[in-house]
Amino acid sequence: MTETAVNVATRAALTDDREGMTYLDSTKRKLVTVYLPLALIMIVLIFPFYWMVITAIKPDEQLIDMEKYNPFFVVKPTLKHINKLLFESNYPTWLWNTMYVSVLATFLSLIASVMAAYAIVRIRYRYAQWVGAAIFLAYLVPPSILFIPLATIIQAYGLFDSPMALVLCYPTILIPFSTWLLMGYFKTIPYELEECALIDGATRMQILTKIILPLAVPGLISAGIFSLTLCWNEFIYALTFLSSTSNKTVPVAIVSEFVDGDIYRWGSLMAGALVGSLPLVILYSFFVEHYVSAMTGAVKE
Amino acid sequence: MSDSVAGRVPAPAVRHPTWWDRLRINRNWLGFWFMAPAAAILILFLAFPLGKGVWLSFTDAKIGRAGSFIGLENYEWLGLPWWRDSDGVFWLSVFNTLVYTIVASIVKFAVGLYLAILLNQNLPFKAAIRSIVLIPFVVPTVLSAIAFWWIFDSQFSIISWSLRHLGIIDYNINFLGDPNNARASLIFANIWRGVPFIAITLLAGLQTVSPSLYEAATLDGASKWQNFRFVTFPLLTPIIAVVMTFSVLFTFTDFQLIWAMTRGGPVNSTHLMATLSYQRAILAGNLGEGAAIATAMVPFLLFAIMVSWFGLQSRKWQQGGEDS
Repeated sequence: MTETAVNVATRAALTDDREGMTYLDSTKRKLVTVYLPLALIMIVLIFPFYWMVITAIKPDEQLIDMEKYNPFFVVKPTLKHINKLLFESNYPTWLWNTMYVSVLATFLSLIASVMAAYAIVRIRYRYAQWVGAAIFLAYLVPPSILFIPLATIIQAYGLFDSPMALVLCYPTILIPFSTWLLMGYFKTIPYELEECALIDGATRMQILTKIILPLAVPGLISAGIFSLTLCWNEFIYALTFLSSTSNKTVPVAIVSEFVDGDIYRWGSLMAGALVGSLPLVILYSFFVEHYVSAMTGAVKE
Repeated sequence: MSDSVAGRVPAPAVRHPTWWDRLRINRNWLGFWFMAPAAAILILFLAFPLGKGVWLSFTDAKIGRAGSFIGLENYEWLGLPWWRDSDGVFWLSVFNTLVYTIVASIVKFAVGLYLAILLNQNLPFKAAIRSIVLIPFVVPTVLSAIAFWWIFDSQFSIISWSLRHLGIIDYNINFLGDPNNARASLIFANIWRGVPFIAITLLAGLQTVSPSLYEAATLDGASKWQNFRFVTFPLLTPIIAVVMTFSVLFTFTDFQLIWAMTRGGPVNSTHLMATLSYQRAILAGNLGEGAAIATAMVPFLLFAIMVSWFGLQSRKWQQGGEDS
């Protein structure tokens, strides 16, 4: 599958309105074979979020008394849980930690993968293809088998309980993916542009920053957005490497700090989950196309 | 005369490339410089730990104490080979992991493919529907797992409530407290999160299938099922192979979902290999034993990769493409 096919496919995936042979189906038939199952699946996919939102704004007495009010709806919504979260807990610190670890790690891995992808596709040094294959294999190494030795290494480097440990470890998840994605984008840029620049005396670094990168902006955004969500989502490294409360990221903090025996914890737990996912969902809603092309692009290469 | 003129013109100096030029211009050196940042990170934090993990599994390292080589003792302690006596938790976790991976992957694939085909129809608000479908994949797993934890609560579960009010049951289902219920709940949550990824990637594959192929097949008398079986499916196989490899790998090594919802309980019945290795290595402090569990995952992963690799290889000639 070539990279152009990927681009065409993702564009088609988002904007196509071709009809094919669907005009042969009557509306009634379509209702049963398409709309009904689709609606069912969508409801199941969306329900946990609905439930998250409803719980986050429900007053406590409605949460534990399910007979007086219908639990699917909320009477007299309250912002108490969200307030408590934002002003009476460390949540803003955790949110900030998550954000800056994600941004730094994404930035670091974008720089590294732009250079690596350019070298593999365009400088074509000896064994470049083997290195490309090795990087793809690195994508298949899951963090679950690395966190124990990494913990000892982090300890040895003196980075334990420091967000910098995450900034350095997350790129191992991001670089293979971004490199692979960017290689596809770089391949679509005509070689002639580069040859002209070389003849005009540009160095490789100038070619990369002044010609290739401006043309590969969509690819950079795709890789960046996807990397950001991967960092935000990462759990096992953050759980293993961070121990003090003020250094934790949102996913770890939610699981370890909020979970106590309190029967009224659900409101703040759901509020925490909601506030923690909102930034990502908002970001995603602005860059749906880039996100989809990152996801499908990395798979279809 | 001409001789003397010629003698006076100095021979053009051939500028030999210095070592500095070589480092700057030479293709291989240039490649080396460009690869350096990525290579440094991947070697230091991926390749090196991978090797160190295998080494740790042969030592009795504890947290805060470098271990010494003890051979296969960690593996024997876990119950490898299988006829040895052990506490059986390791084999329970292997069993759980296999059930979790196999059931979740099959259902994810079936539902994902079905959803992809549904989304490939001519629908109103297609773009919006597609972006909504992906949301479970975008939201951090732990946060949605917490939501599922609440949905599966033993006392306030909305599912129990609905079923009770529909008159189907008259008691609260103990979702996460009973071993088999807990397994089923976790598998459901995993499927819920994995379906969007599979559906959207397969959809991208479906979009590349030309409608004229279906028209041609239909003219030849193919039914809907035959259209799917003999046109869609063969063309989709390469993407299916890649997507399912990823899905199987990440389901097999799943950690967050289990840790957020059950932490391996009740009584170890939902421990996957990843959660067990975390518990043994970090919580109990036996790094060596945890590393042995993690290392034991590697053969399974290699097996999954090999299967999909050969699945991919055989496609090229079948599609009439060149053997590259």
